[in-house]
Parts: sequence; C-alpha cells; structure tokens
Amino acid sequence: MKDPLAPHRSQARGGPLHGGQEDRTEGLPQDLAPALAAEEAGDPFVLGGETFTSRLLLGTGGVPSLEALEAAVRASGTQLVTVALRRVEASATSSMMQVLDRAGVRLLPNTAGCMTAREAVRTARLGREAFGTDWVKLEVIGDDRTLLPDAVELLDAAEQLVAEGFTVLAYTTDDPVLGRRLADAGCAAVMPLGSPIGSGLGIRNPHNVALLREAVEVPVVLDAGIGTASDAALAMELGCDAVLLASAVTRARDPERMALAMRQAVEGGRLAKLAGRIPRRWHAEASTSFEGLPAL
Amino acid sequence: MELTVNGAPAELADDATVADLVAARAAGHDRVAVARNGDVVPRSSWTATRLAPGDAVEVLAPTAGG
Repeated sequence: MKDPLAPHRSQARGGPLHGGQEDRTEGLPQDLAPALAAEEAGDPFVLGGETFTSRLLLGTGGVPSLEALEAAVRASGTQLVTVALRRVEASATSSMMQVLDRAGVRLLPNTAGCMTAREAVRTARLGREAFGTDWVKLEVIGDDRTLLPDAVELLDAAEQLVAEGFTVLAYTTDDPVLGRRLADAGCAAVMPLGSPIGSGLGIRNPHNVALLREAVEVPVVLDAGIGTASDAALAMELGCDAVLLASAVTRARDPERMALAMRQAVEGGRLAKLAGRIPRRWHAEASTSFEGLPAL
Repeated sequence: MELTVNGAPAELADDATVADLVAARAAGHDRVAVARNGDVVPRSSWTATRLAPGDAVEVLAPTAGG
C-alpha cells in the first residue's frame, strides 16, 4: 500500500521550505483531492472575519522536537497554531517561531495557566504585544487537577477583552448556556471541551456539544480531549465548525502521521455533516429491493 | 538598584531601561513582551521606560502551548 505520508515527508525534510498553504491537496492521495477542492470552494471556514480552508487548529504543547513540530504542522494542513508566553528562561528557543513562520501559519496566543480573569486579561495583553495580534485563545482554568474552565472568571475575562478590542476564542465547558453567554459577550468563537485537556477521553457528552452548536451563531470549535481521529470526525459530525487539538498529535507515537489522520478525520467528518447522515433505525432496512425476488 | 525580574532578585544599573533589560535577558528572541508591575510596557516605550528600585518585571517569550 502506498504510504500517504511519503509526499509530506519529502516536502518537510527535503525540498525548499516555503509557506505550505498554496495547495493543500498537493501530496494527498489522488482520490481525496477532488473532494477537498469541492469542499474548499463552497465551504470556507470564517473565523473572526478571516477565511480559512483548514478546519483543524493545532496546539504546539507537548511537541517532542522542532522536526516533529514542522512535520506535524505541514501534514495537518493547519493555518492557525496556538502558542504561549512564558518567562524567557523557560521559553522555547527562537527556532520554534522560525518553524512556524516558515510554515506560514497564523499564530494564536493563549492564556494557558491563568486562573483568574485578571491574570488572563494581562496575559492576553502581553500576547498581543509579543505576537502582534489581537486574537487570543482565552483559557481560564479552575484548578490544576482537571484544568476545567472557571465559568465565572472566564465570562468576566471575555467581557473585558472584547471591550478592549480582542478577537476572543473562548475555551469553555460543553455547557450550552455558558456558550450562549460567551457568544452574547462578543466572543468570536466558542470552544467547548470534549473532555479534560490532555486526557484523550474524546467527546464525553456529544449531546451537549450538539446543543451548544444550536445555541450560538458564532463558530464552535471543539477544543480539548481529542484522543484519536474518530473523536475529531465525531466533533465535525456533531456540527462543530473546526477542531483544536494538541496532545493527540504532539504526544502520539508518530506525530506527523497522526497529524495527517486528524486532517483527514476533520475533512471526512465535515463532508459527512454536509452530506447528511441517514437516520438511525431500530430494525434493518434492506438496500436491495425484494421486488422480483425469484422463488427458489 | 535592586528589583525583581521573572520572580528572582536582580541587580541593575540605576539608569537601566526596559530596553536594557530585554537586551540582557532576551537576546535572540524577536517576539518578547514585558510586564512592569503587572502592566504591559509596549515595545515602542522600552527605550524611554526607566526601571525603578523594587519594580517587579516579567520578561516573556514564546513557548509551545495548546
């Protein structure tokens, strides 16, 4: 069987490095290219006023090496990558940013680790200064063990940041009511967790995610908890507009291969959502007609 | 003067500016943000912003993160 990663490998490690977004069908299996092209033409992903062709957002946390990061970013086809700010002694080398700049992706600073609205707002302002973007992945967690969002601090921070002109992508629980409150506060996207960050437990409450999708008009991005490709496909089948994941790729045995799996899962899930699944039935429904069945 | 940089005591020249501190601590990084006593110091003000004894300064740079 042909190795679907082969073209990505040669691009990532051999040939000249250039912005990878000109042709995202390049190097994909032949039979996937037409479906992708059709999807891109009629189904753009609009987030914060910007149009994306990829519906996969990639976090860089947990990445084992710069080589793995570069290969995963390229294989994923992502156009939006999250980054964090830390004290300079604990920060990554500047080469990480060079890898991301080469890949031509847009950067999305986060407020990871913040536990109060005050910390998150200050971190967002620092991210705006460092990265030159007013986009922020707003994350306000309630405790270290679950890393679950603190709803009260989150909404407070979202209101302040929207007032300061930020494009706020809010990491939140799968509560549809809180999601609506965040959207009403002016968030550009609501990003419910599937399960706790880094847990790989997938989507624990698909019903809530679907309800949340119905409750808001802004994009819904499934963020956190994805473990494997079927989780990402399910998110899209539930109606999510995109998926944000990090650990599932960066901590996979083969990050590059998993990045391609996620890309195809997101695309497959989106196509299935647009195509319209058949209803679930209790009993079988024959696909071959009984009419003209011979008596044997 | 004595002040706190990234959570640790530091000794800097009495006329040190934010720009001096960034040059000393974050050479090689081109995406740096500085908070002085919790407030962002915009890059455009680094050269003009003198530090003061007792300041708590954070010098931050990008890292991997979800």
